[in-house]
Amino acid sequence: MSVGLLLVAWELYANYSGIKPTILPAPSRVFEQATLNREALIDNAVPTIRATLIGFACSLGAAFALSMLVDFFQPLRRALFPVFIVSQTLPLVAIAPLVVLWFGFGLTPKIMLVALVTFFPMLVALVQGYEATEVEIGQMLRAMGAGRWRVFVLARLPSALPYFFAGLRISITYAVVGAIFAEYAGAAKGLGIYMLNAKNNFRPDLVLAAVGVSAALTLILFGLTALLQRLAMPWERIGRQPAGKGPGR
Amino acid sequence: MSRLELRHVRKAFGGLDVLADISLSVGAGEFVSILGPSGAGKSTLFQLLTGAEHGEGEMLFDGMPLDDHGRHFAFMPQRDALMPWRRILDNTTLGLEVQGVRRQVARARVVPLLAEFGLAGFERHFPAQLSGGMRQRAALLRTVVQERDMLLLDEPFGALDALTRAAMQRWLEQMWRHHRWTALLITHDVREAVFLSDRIYVLSARPARVLREITVPLPRPRDPTGAAAQQAGALEAEILDILLNPQPSKGHDHD
Repeated sequence: MSVGLLLVAWELYANYSGIKPTILPAPSRVFEQATLNREALIDNAVPTIRATLIGFACSLGAAFALSMLVDFFQPLRRALFPVFIVSQTLPLVAIAPLVVLWFGFGLTPKIMLVALVTFFPMLVALVQGYEATEVEIGQMLRAMGAGRWRVFVLARLPSALPYFFAGLRISITYAVVGAIFAEYAGAAKGLGIYMLNAKNNFRPDLVLAAVGVSAALTLILFGLTALLQRLAMPWERIGRQPAGKGPGR
Repeated sequence: MSRLELRHVRKAFGGLDVLADISLSVGAGEFVSILGPSGAGKSTLFQLLTGAEHGEGEMLFDGMPLDDHGRHFAFMPQRDALMPWRRILDNTTLGLEVQGVRRQVARARVVPLLAEFGLAGFERHFPAQLSGGMRQRAALLRTVVQERDMLLLDEPFGALDALTRAAMQRWLEQMWRHHRWTALLITHDVREAVFLSDRIYVLSARPARVLREITVPLPRPRDPTGAAAQQAGALEAEILDILLNPQPSKGHDHD
């Protein structure tokens, strides 16, 4: 609704203010050009999607492995977290060209950059999630005779799920931005390099078309994580409906 | 014949004395309460029993020193500690699962008890769908199916509203008469201790000592309304007086 109003205002402004379409194209023109160039857009979106998903998968795997390590060996946390915090302060503008310089125009630097921007949020989410385990549940499991590994699997891991999904929703949006940024710094194909070329050819309409594609991509991934959460945490949904029948009190 | 016996158990955290001198015993099939003010270190006692913490003094079970594993005890923590992501059936089988009992066997042991615990028809529900009283009954079911020698109940009804708590106490007393579990209950509720227990150990404020050991002479089934209720009331008043005016002769200053 609000997006619709914005688009209408933009359309009116672009058409009636006398601004040149090479500066600010109307949404209708962007859409028209997007349709005309859809093959090129799809062709360039595929490597971006690939970089996003592979990079994010690597980041998830690493974050999961390290979060477990940190959970089992608390001193590691103090040793490692400063490094990761610094990794988050690195400006992508500076890092992206360097990574491309070192690792070439292929898939590797994109995967690395996506992993770099998404790794820390996922790690923090997981570690915080483990910590959120109810103290009583841990005590009870140990009294039942469960060792650390059983406590982790039975209590800490499931307790971290809401945090994991919160982190996932944030990270997946970073992931797309990270991939586009990496391509912007140098790539054979991808939405990032497509935007750069379109800009250099004075085609803001095509830049915006690519932006639209990346936005749609982000929304789809975001929706997928929400769907995944619903499937993985049925108690969140069902738990809100109180039981209606049977012996109460 | 006493099953659990503690002799002069002490525990300090850093420089802070929590348990000063605790000696107590629990006989087979006996329901014993530990009654004391909040923060008196009652829960610390359970941590010693389950091996989560170590203290000084002797702790014997059937005459043998306790090991670290707490294998004799089934522990029911404050609040219900039900796992929100597990259905009621899977929550109640948790202790058996940890013991390595196969899922089908564990379920077969729990299912016949569901009705008695007022949970029949709710085994597929998640804990969030149940009322506080039902959750507590599920937690107790999870505790008793472990078939350990003794139940440790740590303020099991502390988080419930007053009415539900009273109902749960009546229900627990009735359940106990059927099953005759050997049980040690921690509580700060005088009425609860008198209503449920065969014997009560009244603890002082921190550092905790046993102020008095009281045998509850009331007949079972405990009747919350009849003539015995007056006797119970008198006992409650006496215990409350011990708690609020600890004898200065013991030479302990309260801060």
